[in-house]
Amino acid sequence: MSKKHITATVNGDPAEFLTDPGTTLLDALRDELGLTGSKEGCGSGDCGACSVIVDGRLVCSCLMLAVEAEGRRIETIEGLAHGSELHPLQQKFLEHAALQCGFCTPGLLVASKALLDANPDPTEEEARYWLAGNLCRCTGYDKVIRAVLDAAAEMRQERRVA
Amino acid sequence: MGASLAQLDYMAPSSVDEAVKALMASSAAKVLAGGTDLIVQMRAGRAKPGAVLDLKRIAGAVGIRREADGGFVIGAATPGAAIGEHAALAQAWPGVVEATNLIGSTQIQGRASLGGNLCNASPAADSVPAMIAARAIAVIVGPKGRREAPVETIQAGPGRTTLGPGEFILEFKLPARPARSADAYLRLIPRTEMDIAVVGAGVSLTLNADGSVAEAYVSLGAVAPTCLLVAAAGQALAGTKLEPAALDALDAAARAACNPISDKRGTAEYRTKIAGVLARRSAQIAYDRAKARA
Repeated sequence: MSKKHITATVNGDPAEFLTDPGTTLLDALRDELGLTGSKEGCGSGDCGACSVIVDGRLVCSCLMLAVEAEGRRIETIEGLAHGSELHPLQQKFLEHAALQCGFCTPGLLVASKALLDANPDPTEEEARYWLAGNLCRCTGYDKVIRAVLDAAAEMRQERRVA
Repeated sequence: MGASLAQLDYMAPSSVDEAVKALMASSAAKVLAGGTDLIVQMRAGRAKPGAVLDLKRIAGAVGIRREADGGFVIGAATPGAAIGEHAALAQAWPGVVEATNLIGSTQIQGRASLGGNLCNASPAADSVPAMIAARAIAVIVGPKGRREAPVETIQAGPGRTTLGPGEFILEFKLPARPARSADAYLRLIPRTEMDIAVVGAGVSLTLNADGSVAEAYVSLGAVAPTCLLVAAAGQALAGTKLEPAALDALDAAARAACNPISDKRGTAEYRTKIAGVLARRSAQIAYDRAKARA
């Protein structure tokens, strides 16, 4: 089967790659574009380690074919920080020690970013339900939730100042 | 990546005609909507299609529109998240929207669709009992043109549908709501999130001006090889105000319709009992919602 040529926008920049029709978006991001921040945990949509945002919607990149990305706008963990300046979510994950092994962290950060894009002032319950599709076997989630709510508060404060 | 996906072909037609032709030409093709079941099955080697046909570039397959008569048309590949964000739809059909939004995680909601949930043909599909109770109609396209069928006629058994060669569901129609109407869907899972229904129960009803039930539809999931429309359960509510005797009759009719399996999620006996309980509770929620709109 011949490879397909795909053009998409990745983290704001145009991106092109060749892919087999059966390749997942996750594998294309990692192997064709060298964006290895998105992780494969389960490969079946249960763990959220591969979370990316496609046209504004949070999805599992392991459950999307790379060929489906033609013309789409994709955001990955690599687009979260501005150069060397960490996104408030990243900073708060560090401050709250919201990670240990770190494998789930890119997915949790991307999912948390999608949450705060949709709802800048989530309750703890809303944050916990939103992130129910991101499994973490280290932290017990509590520090993750504290970091997300703290980042949300800081981002609301920044918007008021700005 | 598993070898099962290596030989895959991908088609993303932009019209129904092209899509039907492609499906007729490729008997090994599977229709792809959100992929949250299909791609999992392909990666596990349980589905081995030679090709996938992506519906999402076809006009109407993604999106929600309101008809002049007040009904809704929902594209079969519309993601659950978009269904949950549609305020007018959630107002008219809260049960359908809640059931759809119970499927999987936020990530799954970004892709999972009504068409996929129905055609994956799991008896435990959450959106299906809600659609059946809502009297939703599947708009099917295929080599003989376009036809419409009630949602309860689509599932044939676990993993099987009644769709013919070259056919697929393009969209769903939800009828306009008369005054004093509402629906509800409840499912039982042993956890709070991210699980598959042990039992699901959808109820949709319309009240008379005096608060009695004019008509009611009850559908059950995960208690038989397909999701069921339980006519006797709906009839048990007609003319009542959900008095204890009416709820007892509903409960008995729901249990009588059950033909479940026993598995790790629950025994047949447990599922049958819970079907009655959830039918009662869903009916009460739908009734209270309809009354609040009177």
